[in-house]
Amino acid sequence: MAVNDREPPPGGATRYLRECLRLLRWGAGTLVTAWRVGRTGSLPVVLGLVVIWIVFESIDTDFLSARNLSNLSVDLVGMGLITVGVIFVLLVGDIDLSVGSVSGLAGAIFAQLNVNAGVPEWLACLIAVLGGAAAGAVHGFFVARLGVPAFVVTLAGLLAWNGLMLFILDTHGSINLDDQGLVATLTNHYFGNALIPLGLAALGLAAYLAVALLGRRRRTVAGLPGPTLGAVAVRAGLLGAVLFGAAGVFIGFRGLPLSVLILLVTLAVLDFVLRRTTYGRKIFALGGGIEAARRAGIAVEAVRMSVFTVSGAMAAVGGLFLASRITSVGQTSGQGDLVIDVIAAAVIGGVSLFGGRGTTWAALLGVLVIQSIASGMALLGVQVAVQFMITGSVLLAAVVLDSLSRRAQRSHGRA
Amino acid sequence: MGDNGAGKSTLVRVIAGADPADKGVIEWKGEPVRVHRPQDARALGIATVYQDLALCENLDVVGNLYLGREVHRAGVLDEVEMERRASELLGSLAIRIPDLRAPVATLSSGQRQSVAVSRALLGAPEAVVLDEPTAALGIEQATHILDLIEQMRERGLAVLIVSHNLGDIKAVADQVAVLRLGRNNGFFDVNTTPQEQIIASITGATDNTGRKPVRPWP
Repeated sequence: MAVNDREPPPGGATRYLRECLRLLRWGAGTLVTAWRVGRTGSLPVVLGLVVIWIVFESIDTDFLSARNLSNLSVDLVGMGLITVGVIFVLLVGDIDLSVGSVSGLAGAIFAQLNVNAGVPEWLACLIAVLGGAAAGAVHGFFVARLGVPAFVVTLAGLLAWNGLMLFILDTHGSINLDDQGLVATLTNHYFGNALIPLGLAALGLAAYLAVALLGRRRRTVAGLPGPTLGAVAVRAGLLGAVLFGAAGVFIGFRGLPLSVLILLVTLAVLDFVLRRTTYGRKIFALGGGIEAARRAGIAVEAVRMSVFTVSGAMAAVGGLFLASRITSVGQTSGQGDLVIDVIAAAVIGGVSLFGGRGTTWAALLGVLVIQSIASGMALLGVQVAVQFMITGSVLLAAVVLDSLSRRAQRSHGRA
Repeated sequence: MGDNGAGKSTLVRVIAGADPADKGVIEWKGEPVRVHRPQDARALGIATVYQDLALCENLDVVGNLYLGREVHRAGVLDEVEMERRASELLGSLAIRIPDLRAPVATLSSGQRQSVAVSRALLGAPEAVVLDEPTAALGIEQATHILDLIEQMRERGLAVLIVSHNLGDIKAVADQVAVLRLGRNNGFFDVNTTPQEQIIASITGATDNTGRKPVRPWP
């Protein structure tokens, strides 16, 4: 504690204030440094989310109710799954504007096969997802093999796949799904037993602790610096608070939604794929520099095609969840601001538009921000027009942060 | 050596397999070989340090060192093993980088060059090709890189340096080959040839292209 010795020692309150200020300054300094080297991670979006929640809660106390948060969570699953796919494409430095149309197409394929042609639900789902993957592979072929900019290829896809969807729907304006079927179950099933969310939260926390501590021990054995036990404990504490907090919210309404569980498991698995496998490393390498990756012997074309395929497949899966939520598929499925929301969610969540930076959890955080704004506005009865303007501003802020951080990192690196 | 546009970097990319040659023969240890992809050159034991370093700015030091040849088990990366070996390698080369998990974008240009050079040495190559290794560096950092090159020579590696800095060449090279307008403009022994003769060959004052080399490659 450095107390200025020219002044008499300050009394209790002043001293406390001064200490707080010092801590704040230290915190801000650490943040700025972290930001300069591009290592803030998810901190800005988490702070933003907290601010948004506090603002809406102070205006309307229904906002943070278990009911609203639970519904919000189920609403965001479809979009979240589509966003994860887009993140794969953004990580290699490309973009996919077609995901909205592909998600609508998958819904239409499923509805026609299942409802009108009587194909079993699981088979119709499989075909719809394969269809989405095929659409993505087509984009990937044009981008990776022929070198057409992804922006244009997927813009063409946006129009063409929407056309195909309308063609498949034919004269049916919209098709209602079986509201007792498999797809409907995806978003209307809740695990009512309170032990399930609590048990899963405990399991998740235990798994995190096991991985962190085992990894730490391996590093110590290998003579490498590892995270301190304190850091592991702090992270585990935060994770536990979030997991058990979420469990409490779900128990307070109808229990753990199946769809949320699917989203979380998908995010965790894909996070592992991106950060811990050779395939994921190749994706990041492409985002860091296609030419450098090529010279390192990476099959650039194959990896680039694969990320578009992943994006198409995830868009289809997300499309099924979106259809499930309203148990119908119509001509407007996957249209409107879905694409913009999805890409905005990825960027808001901390995925760089320049490629090479981001995690799958950005999908969850970004979609949470966008859905929170939408839900809060709906609760307040604000027009959609205002909601668009606010979401647009948040997106712009996220992109500006991304660009500035990149520039800061650049100048820092050349120093 | 050679002036700008002499074809030095192109030659490097051909040898490395990054830009395969349209025609001609590459001989390795007296045998004609085919180098169509970077992997081919690497398999032969030829490692390359490119002028632009070809590092992925977003990946950390360990990730860059092992790019394209990660240590893994069934596709799952073994980060601890990679970091341990990386730290050993950098230590043995007396390269000091404070944080092996920092993205390469945050390193100084000297540190990046060191990372690129150590990456070339990671696969235990027999020959190392360096394209303008000191061009972007300050004096102290350039000296360090030249030290590294000396170390490689002492380890028994064949080292091919592309440079237009005669000082560097005088410091570390034994033989010099001059390229001019894409053609060989002469071989010289660095220790016995006067500097002026090499410069004349670079600038084209003495034109040896189209004629037999002054002296065959030893």
